[in-house]
Amino acid sequence: MRVVVDFDLCESNAICMQIAPDIFEVRDDDFLYVLDETPSEDRRSNLEESVQRCPKQAISIEE
Amino acid sequence: MHSSITIVGASLAGVRAAEALRTEGFKGNIKLLGDEPHIAYDRPPLSKSFLEGEMASEKLSLLTTEKINELKLEIRTDSKVSNLDIETQTLEVKGEVEEFDALIIATGARARKLPDTEKINGIHTLRSLDDSIKIRDSFKAGNPKVVVVGGGFIGCEVAATASTLGIEVTVVESQDVPLSHVLGEEAGKVISELHIDNGVQLKCGVEVQEIKGEDKVEGVLLEDGTLLEADLVVVGIGAVPNTEWLENSGLTIENGVCCDQTCLAAPNIVAAGDVARWEHQGYGKSIRLEHWDNAAEQGKHAALRLLQTEAEALPYAPIPWFWSDQFDRKIQLAGISDPEDDFEVIVDSPGEGRYTAIYGNEGRLKAVLGINRPRHVMQFKSLMENKASWKEALEFARGIG
Ligand SMILES: Cc1cc2nc3c(=O)[nH]c(=O)nc-3n(C[C@H](O)[C@H](O)[C@H](O)COP(=O)(O)OP(=O)(O)OC[C@H]3O[C@@H](n4cnc5c(N)ncnc54)[C@H](O)[C@@H]3O)c2cc1C
Ligand code: SF4
Repeated sequence: MRVVVDFDLCESNAICMQIAPDIFEVRDDDFLYVLDETPSEDRRSNLEESVQRCPKQAISIEE
Repeated sequence: MHSSITIVGASLAGVRAAEALRTEGFKGNIKLLGDEPHIAYDRPPLSKSFLEGEMASEKLSLLTTEKINELKLEIRTDSKVSNLDIETQTLEVKGEVEEFDALIIATGARARKLPDTEKINGIHTLRSLDDSIKIRDSFKAGNPKVVVVGGGFIGCEVAATASTLGIEVTVVESQDVPLSHVLGEEAGKVISELHIDNGVQLKCGVEVQEIKGEDKVEGVLLEDGTLLEADLVVVGIGAVPNTEWLENSGLTIENGVCCDQTCLAAPNIVAAGDVARWEHQGYGKSIRLEHWDNAAEQGKHAALRLLQTEAEALPYAPIPWFWSDQFDRKIQLAGISDPEDDFEVIVDSPGEGRYTAIYGNEGRLKAVLGINRPRHVMQFKSLMENKASWKEALEFARGIG
């Protein structure tokens, strides 16, 4: 699976980073970085939670 | 297993509840009943980007037609529900009695109004899409003089949006410093200064005496005798949970629908979102929140509760989190802050508009406030989830400050 972030929507509020810090990181420059674009299958539930919790619906998963 | 679950209140908590039921494999009928004319939509932009004028209302939607079909939802708009009876497991939809096997109460809250102002045109509260459209249209019409009554988060956001559009706006706030009842005076001042620097007029420490105008608003008279001219008044003085339809239902209502630690209000009945007051295990008391993230998460938790036995049920005990956007600042608060708490500023760099402060009480970290510091907010939120002591929080702060 592949993590896709719509950076036009993302407002860098770092919710996803708290849920999956190994996948998402909001750095000191206030931008979100995707650390792992193709996480392994065992990260799915965390990733799905990030998708749901993102207030901007900026994250999606491509299979 | 229930064969039919009814959700009352078709907004964030209700939609997330419906989604969670299907994700968990619930095969029965799901009714999603709401009294608004619109299909569920997202509220936070109503005081921000949507109000500013560029956004189409479709962009706010929480449910596409595809999604509704995929989730097999029976959706009814314009359907006000009343007269819940928990003994007979019935309720009334526009006067017709309907039965349910299980019920999710997600009727949210509404904006509190100023008394005796219904007949005056030009006074608005802001809760619904229609409210936002009316205010937005008034912003566009000529060059209105705007008075915002109440300097809470929504009032501050409306003022920031108006000011960004070049509209003259005054905020009237009864406390000496806006938001100080939540954030304390010191942090409240940081936010007031942001408004003053951006041209918003603040009138603090004074109450509204009277709204002037017969059928159209003309001004706002304050208790100190000041008369503020106004073409448009936006009232942001808090929200009231929508529980009137539950009077005589048999449920306990105390500023919200009272639920246990797992969001259960009575057998087969749960509540979630702005309407729900529940026993928060972590805080050892009952709380009710008016936060987006909570409505989404509690909607899910409460829905799953209906599919669980008492033994399987988990307490719902999140660290609360919300954000507010004002001008170019992202303000976030995680935890529950109290103006009486110990308070420590960790980052204060006005040039960059960045600020982080933490709140502590009884030796524990209680909350973190961040302005354009989302990373710090989430780091301290994680500490709270691990029940960090105040000392640990201060030590962590030294590393990042
Ligand atoms: C302008 C605005 C800006 C906001 N900004 C932020 C923000 O920046 N950050 C943040 O964290 N939170 C924000 N919030 C709060 C957030 O939007 C709410 O916490 C969230 O909408 C709560 O969702 P809910 O589903 O519990 O209730 P609601 O969204 O209030 O929905 C309840 C629904 O139930 C309906 N209803 C009520 N009674 C009945 C009945 N008897 N029968 C049928 N239907 C009924 C209502 O009409 C409504 O549609 C904002 C809210 C507003 C209004
Ligand atoms: S949760 Fe969404 S908006 Fe927030 S940083 Fe992650 S992708 Fe961006």
